[in-house]
Amino acid sequence: MTSTGVHPVGRPPVIDIRGITKRFGATTAVDDVSFRVHAGEVVGFLGPNAAGKTTTMRVLTCFLAPDAGTAAVAGFDIHDDPLEVRRRIGYLPESAPLYLDMGVIEHLRFIAEMRGLPRDSIDGRVREMIDVCGLGGVLAKDVGELSKGYRQRVGLAVTMIHDPEILVLDEPTTGLDPSQIIEIRELIRGIGREKTVILSTHILPEVEATSTRVLIINEGRIVATGTPGELASMAMGGERVRISLRAPREEARGLLETLPRASVVEALGDGEDGFQEFALSGDDGVALTDEVFDLARERGWRLRELKRERATLEDVFLRLTTGDAEEDGSESAKEREQ
Amino acid sequence: MRAVISVLGKEFRSYLGSPAGFVFLTAFLALSSWLFFRLFFLLGQASMRPFFAVMPWLFLFFVPAAAMRMWAEERKLGTDEILLTLPATEGSLVVGKFLAGLAFLALAIALTFPVPIVVSLVGNPDPGPLIGGYLGLVLLGAAYLSIGLFASSITENQIVAFIVATALCFALLIVGEDVVLVAVPARLAPVLRYLGLQQHFASIARGVIDTRDLVYYGSVIALFLSLNARAVESRKWR
Repeated sequence: MTSTGVHPVGRPPVIDIRGITKRFGATTAVDDVSFRVHAGEVVGFLGPNAAGKTTTMRVLTCFLAPDAGTAAVAGFDIHDDPLEVRRRIGYLPESAPLYLDMGVIEHLRFIAEMRGLPRDSIDGRVREMIDVCGLGGVLAKDVGELSKGYRQRVGLAVTMIHDPEILVLDEPTTGLDPSQIIEIRELIRGIGREKTVILSTHILPEVEATSTRVLIINEGRIVATGTPGELASMAMGGERVRISLRAPREEARGLLETLPRASVVEALGDGEDGFQEFALSGDDGVALTDEVFDLARERGWRLRELKRERATLEDVFLRLTTGDAEEDGSESAKEREQ
Repeated sequence: MRAVISVLGKEFRSYLGSPAGFVFLTAFLALSSWLFFRLFFLLGQASMRPFFAVMPWLFLFFVPAAAMRMWAEERKLGTDEILLTLPATEGSLVVGKFLAGLAFLALAIALTFPVPIVVSLVGNPDPGPLIGGYLGLVLLGAAYLSIGLFASSITENQIVAFIVATALCFALLIVGEDVVLVAVPARLAPVLRYLGLQQHFASIARGVIDTRDLVYYGSVIALFLSLNARAVESRKWR
């Protein structure tokens, strides 16, 4: 995964969200959210259901007005120049709502006209979108007759018909089967090479597969941001090494704790044939595995498993969105004291 | 402007492309012809008057039915999220939908042509009331339509939109009737008489095209279309 967490200095962000708050009655859907997106980034917007992803996107696309804060898209403010903002964004709302009584071509033409594409370019553009989104086989049908997967593709075609600088995709792969998901992701990755994309999802592998940067939102607030790799190491508080070796348990634990690179040692329990399993944490996973290996060789312990573990985005997500982080921390600390 | 035309085209095709559009046209023509010819043979007069007299009441149900889908369905299906994130003002969307409804209504009115043809075959009707009557019908339909569109924009339930629109149109239709006028303070009577749709329609249908009537219809239409645009716009703040 390439990292574009670092932005070119001096280039203004394409999307600049500043302190957006949106309430629905007593519920605060989005609470003082700020972030920036630079040209060419594919930002994964991650959060559990009802975390505020859709609301943030709706504010950005001028479908909803925020109660506080503002946002600018390519320098245009959502309050002052909503039409300019809308012109620059291609927005695929959640579950791709479409006019079901229209034919595929008719629908694309309608959006192209509404988007103000020059008349002589509309046919060409519609054909291009049909190719890009693989709609060639369903042109004779009304949108309402299409399967979920094809509707999603029509939705994407509608979103991209005016070749926008920015794509805002709200859960673009929900309801698709695995092969459709892969196709849509490929499509998004392809688009992401040329455009700025914000895509929301609650499916973690999707973000890992498509995004260069991740924003995690929970209960209306951004709780973390970074590349998938950065977030993973953040969640672990460093790296983890899992080992399984045959040695007296307490002796092994005592000696492992003396390793300079190991900050936390957890005993995971007895394995088979007298093997003991441990998990070690430390800042530098590579050096830590070396130290474990040297120790085992020195003591003549049989080593069955020695594995660096990276946190998945799932770990990060669960820690940040369910409040397990503190519990975990205190448990390992306790274990260490024992 | 292009947005207005695009929306107009889309909505008009949607009327003609749907079974509901044909059901509407068939029911409207059947009912209007039946109501007219029943009286026509009974009275034995070669006059369009009975036809135009019954129209405000027939429109009371047909026009809200034609308008109820316009915004409520967008909201129900979530397509408003596409429409309202396109680079078009709320005003142009409202006007586009209104013109599409008006075109459909004009088509329905135009399809009643056998009525004047039959009347002219058996008699010699005055062209003034005929032209005035048809113009009055279009204006009346346009006023009802703007009310129907507004009602459709405040709910996602088409039935609610229909009932609200019918109630509003009914109120506007009868507010200038004598039955109502005798029940209100004398000072209010002229105001209510001016507000009543019926009087303006009757005056145009007599073949008298008065600017006051045109201004009246223009104002009702402008008022409800702007309320419609407001209602659409205000959803951003819900």
